[in-house]
Amino acid sequence: MPALGADMEAGTLVEWLVKPGVRVRLGDIIAVVETQKGAIEVEVFQEGVVSNILVPEGERVPVGTVLANIENAPGAASPVLSQNEIAAAPKPTQDALAEPPRPSLSVAPQVPRTKITPAARRRAAALYIDLATVKGTGVEGSIRLADVEAATSAPCATPSVKRGVDLTEMRRAIAAAMSRSKREIPHYYLTETVDLHAASTWTERFNADKAPAQRILPAVLFLKAAALALREWPQFNGVYTGGVFVPAPEVHIGWAIALRGGGLIAPAIRDTDRKSLTELMTAMRDLVERARRGILRSSELTSPTITVTNVGDRGAETVKGVIYPPQVAIIGFGRVVSRPWVVEDRIEGRPLVTVSLAADHRVTDGHIGGLYLEAIARYLQEPEKL
Amino acid sequence: MNAPQEAVASLRMTYREACKQALRQALLADSRVFLMGEDIGRYGGCYAVTKGLMEEFGEARVRDTPLSESAFVGAGVGAAMAGTRPIVEIMTVNFSLLALDQILNNAVTIPYMSGGQFAIPLIIRMATGGGRRVAAQHSHSLEGWYAHIPGLRVLTPATIEDARFMLIGALADPNPTLIFEHVMLYNMEGELSSDINAVDIDHAKVLRAGTDVSLITYGGSLFKTFEAAARLSKEGIEAEVVDLRTLRPLDTKTILASVARTRRCVIIDEGWRSGSISAEIGMRIAEQAFFELDAPLRRVCGREVPMPYAPHLEDACLPQPETIVAVARELVRPT
Repeated sequence: MPALGADMEAGTLVEWLVKPGVRVRLGDIIAVVETQKGAIEVEVFQEGVVSNILVPEGERVPVGTVLANIENAPGAASPVLSQNEIAAAPKPTQDALAEPPRPSLSVAPQVPRTKITPAARRRAAALYIDLATVKGTGVEGSIRLADVEAATSAPCATPSVKRGVDLTEMRRAIAAAMSRSKREIPHYYLTETVDLHAASTWTERFNADKAPAQRILPAVLFLKAAALALREWPQFNGVYTGGVFVPAPEVHIGWAIALRGGGLIAPAIRDTDRKSLTELMTAMRDLVERARRGILRSSELTSPTITVTNVGDRGAETVKGVIYPPQVAIIGFGRVVSRPWVVEDRIEGRPLVTVSLAADHRVTDGHIGGLYLEAIARYLQEPEKL
Repeated sequence: MNAPQEAVASLRMTYREACKQALRQALLADSRVFLMGEDIGRYGGCYAVTKGLMEEFGEARVRDTPLSESAFVGAGVGAAMAGTRPIVEIMTVNFSLLALDQILNNAVTIPYMSGGQFAIPLIIRMATGGGRRVAAQHSHSLEGWYAHIPGLRVLTPATIEDARFMLIGALADPNPTLIFEHVMLYNMEGELSSDINAVDIDHAKVLRAGTDVSLITYGGSLFKTFEAAARLSKEGIEAEVVDLRTLRPLDTKTILASVARTRRCVIIDEGWRSGSISAEIGMRIAEQAFFELDAPLRRVCGREVPMPYAPHLEDACLPQPETIVAVARELVRPT
């Protein structure tokens, strides 16, 4: 049972998405776990064949409990083997290595195959629809797009799986994490007002000839600037654990997403510093949509190395965040406001944003914090380079 | 003898007239252009496309040739090498096989074998297709074979607009170009918009937008496909009709974009099914748009027999609107 948050102690195994004998690859989603942050899809981080499942569906177990065993099966075997076949499989020997065993055709049972069109299969994967529950109306009884779409509007295809977010539970999780943060982390706060004239002009020009779906929001520029500045000041990117700061080799910024009806979650946008603005926009849209539907993946909750919160158009002018432990910093972007600003001895109306940093004083001091904010401000002056 | 007709106010014209006006414009515009073929001069062409042009332009520029496709296509290759712009007519695609050696081994190959020293800007027009009750030596659709050959451009004008203006694009291309005119289109009438004076010859065109199934076709099958689309529309099925226009190089992008929109596809091709241009198109969709598909690919093709003489048998061998409707309907609303 993976720890999907700083204060998660136990989780309920809601659904297994693999069976014994199935070969799994890095990143495959193998199970759904119910946590305070909703149903989270658990990704696998080891390749091999699932040999046996130890925790049945519906059981609540502590973090760290072994859920299933995965064995590294010999490479040449057929992709799906029954448990008996695995047991009977010869152990690799010199001879076996010289000539890998050939899959036998005679043992494969003739199971009538459900026909699914490529488009339907892809849509079902995106919508997390279990195709076993869908009835096909296409050519030769195939499941097609219309069938998948009909299944999404059906009441609940798999009643055993509870998807979505329990806001009371989430409130408890936020309370625990934030209390721990304020109890353990000596925060210091810095703010810097940044002129967004260049960034706004550039964004307008970039968006001018784009369809609405292709346009980018200023938030993406904030995110990228914060990520690039972390390359210069890696002291803010990582976790504080066991009394020491452990810097993270990659920049996975957790993006704070407010949920409708209350609640907050900050899943990671992986490799934030290496993604283009368009890629970040796509990633952000995807993440927001899935976060609101309560279907995030385990790695998205466990991998953030720092958090960025952006209050948007309807937020306050300044936001000073509370660090999400064991991270060591949170960057806040307030509402963009139009205010007088001195430009070369003249007063001009300019779009401004207040950028804040809340950081862990056990790891860094205010001087470095100021330099980090200064770097973010600098990146925002050259939006074309982001 | 009729006076040569001018491209004046009368914008309604037959496909035949559009072909003729295209040739006439080419002869007027460039003194290097000349026409050559069997019975194209005094007789006016077996489909009367060149009628009156010999009187207007003289025997030096509209030349009747002996009945030897190999000889007059070969002469066209030589003339193109020598710097002229020959437009050769072959009566039907079946007869072009006599000149296949000249087309493949000379017209296409000489620019390559000479290291680019010779361009062969040769244009060959030929009639293609069935429906005229002229049996198995005059009725086949072999343009798909020619589309197999790298170095050739293969045009299949189906609309009045393309019949009128594709020739200009072909003349601008330094490579040998084949233009296939479907025999059942010559008498078709249509409007030619007065604000058009050129067409591109590189792209397929979506001639009817639809959401439920893509009907991909060209040449003589285009209007059968339109009829099928109209009938499908009455049943509530909106078909998108794509006119390929150019079989080589094939505009894969337009095909894939249409299939990505509708997710279902029927290819209509009068040619024989096995190894046909429809097979090539289907394979490209399978290779490049597999994940867009929401139904198996389907084809409506010519029956794989020599074309029968009897009218009811000939009709049964060719794609017909009712077949297209039935196949498309089965993809959208399986029974």
